[in-house]
Amino acid sequence: MAVDLNKLQELLRNKMSEYYGDKVYSITIAHGELVMVVDRAIIVQACTTLRDDPDFQFDFLSYVTAIDWSAMNKQPRYEVIYQLLSLKKTHRMRVKAGVPDSDPAIDTVCDVWPGANWMERETFDMFGIIFRGHPDLRRILMPEDWEGHPLRKEFPLGGVKSFYFKRSTEPRAGEPKNLVPRVREQLSDI
Amino acid sequence: MTTKRIVEHTFESLESMSLNMGPQHPSTHGVLRVVLELDGEIIEKATCHLGYLHRAKEKHAEHKTYHQFIPYTDRMDYLSPMTNNTAFCMTVEKALGLEVTQRCKYMRTLLCELARMSSHLLWLGTGALELGAMTIFLWSFTQREKLYDIFEWISGARFTVSYMRVGGVARADYPEWRRMVKDFLNQYMAAHKEFETMLNGNEIFLNRVVDVGRISAQDAIALSLSGPSLRASGIDWDARRDTPYLAYEEMDFDVHIETKGDCMARYVVRMNEIVESWKICCQALEKLEKCANQPMNIDNPKVIFPPKENVKKSMEDLIHHFLLASEGFKVPPAEVYQAIESPKGELGFFLVSDGGPKAYRLGVRSPSFINLQGLESMSIGHTISDIVAIIASLDPVMGEVDR
Repeated sequence: MAVDLNKLQELLRNKMSEYYGDKVYSITIAHGELVMVVDRAIIVQACTTLRDDPDFQFDFLSYVTAIDWSAMNKQPRYEVIYQLLSLKKTHRMRVKAGVPDSDPAIDTVCDVWPGANWMERETFDMFGIIFRGHPDLRRILMPEDWEGHPLRKEFPLGGVKSFYFKRSTEPRAGEPKNLVPRVREQLSDI
Repeated sequence: MTTKRIVEHTFESLESMSLNMGPQHPSTHGVLRVVLELDGEIIEKATCHLGYLHRAKEKHAEHKTYHQFIPYTDRMDYLSPMTNNTAFCMTVEKALGLEVTQRCKYMRTLLCELARMSSHLLWLGTGALELGAMTIFLWSFTQREKLYDIFEWISGARFTVSYMRVGGVARADYPEWRRMVKDFLNQYMAAHKEFETMLNGNEIFLNRVVDVGRISAQDAIALSLSGPSLRASGIDWDARRDTPYLAYEEMDFDVHIETKGDCMARYVVRMNEIVESWKICCQALEKLEKCANQPMNIDNPKVIFPPKENVKKSMEDLIHHFLLASEGFKVPPAEVYQAIESPKGELGFFLVSDGGPKAYRLGVRSPSFINLQGLESMSIGHTISDIVAIIASLDPVMGEVDR
């Protein structure tokens, strides 16, 4: 079933600009994929429209993630990605919303698709983007007391601190050999 | 003789109890930790704690060339590494604008379906073992052993195959190997019938899975469940059929749907999927044999490694080999998302390239991670023994959940 992306793009252009005006920045097709960039202020409304409008019917949220553009000096620094799929119409599209470094926050889409819950938690964990109104915004993959957000570009691959166990030279009374955890600053970035 | 005293508990008066399950619990398929809030033995709330197997694959992807990252994808869903390899290579090919050869498409289709059989057989064996059926485990692992031999003969590794390459595969198939696959396929269906005889009417098994862990179609879509878990709730969606990739358009297969959404429905869907995979394998093998003289890899020395025997004979091939191994190939700036139907559900790679030989950002949409979200709502109102059946029916692989 081939999906006519150009037609869908035209429909999106008409409807989205009618509803949201200049808050919709661009609707493009690249590599056979439809991409819409919107202002972060309207992300929940735009997603609701995409889910409920009979022309679009994006009932299935495939994936939520983010990109950190800081290594390419693009502004705004982050972009949150929503990859959508329509199970009924078998078409896919991507919605993107820029998030600046000064206020890394965007509204949650958990009310539109409850499945966004863990994906937004992962994005928060990895990039430090706050999803406003999220029911349970905690770290999901990293330990709860972890400092920093690993997928940000400034975070080194080897980590900021490395932990290792060193045998203590002076055994404590009653303990012949004990292991004392030490923390050392990492010498170089890998 | 003493009289047996019956103590009547009034559970209303007791407070709920927290029970930690995992991460070393044998039935959590690895290192899943679930904290259960219990009222007696009834689960009121289940909270998943993940990350015990987190190896920062997405971060590694930003520091490895595209070829160097292929072995990392093996270790995500380590029960079907062929599928992961394929999905990753297809993503890079999409960004490069490459189309692989027809023979390669058949080869990948065949291997993806063999991987699906292997993955579902493991689910069947361990899932049944967790519900107390030992025999199925031994039988299904006998079959998997044969599949592993097939993977070993074509890729050199049983488990982590790293077989796919961007623009092709590591080495072409050969007649003896095809005969091996044929032998496996010829004997498989008899074994499959035995699995079904052992479980389908088995009272003990049915008691454990029927009406356990139900999820409605609306909830399944809302929670982004994919793969067999989605089809068991009555949603007629299969990426292989609805958004065809590789050679699936030419293959004749059915998509099995169940409507009940319980563990039994997920069992039935997966069992039928094995049969459909078997059908696709037979067709793909036949087509692969027909085009045995066609080229396997694309003719693009900037992307695909030259044949090993040419490297020591031809200067150009040596240069290309050296450049590919040391520097890798460059991908023009692009942003692509490619999803395929892996045994667990929709496996997607989201690739952002900045024009260099390494990915600027690689996101993995892992089906196990997102399917596991369903556990929290599915297990409410069930007992602790049921949660074992529910985890087994969702078939999460922790390597893919934590990445």
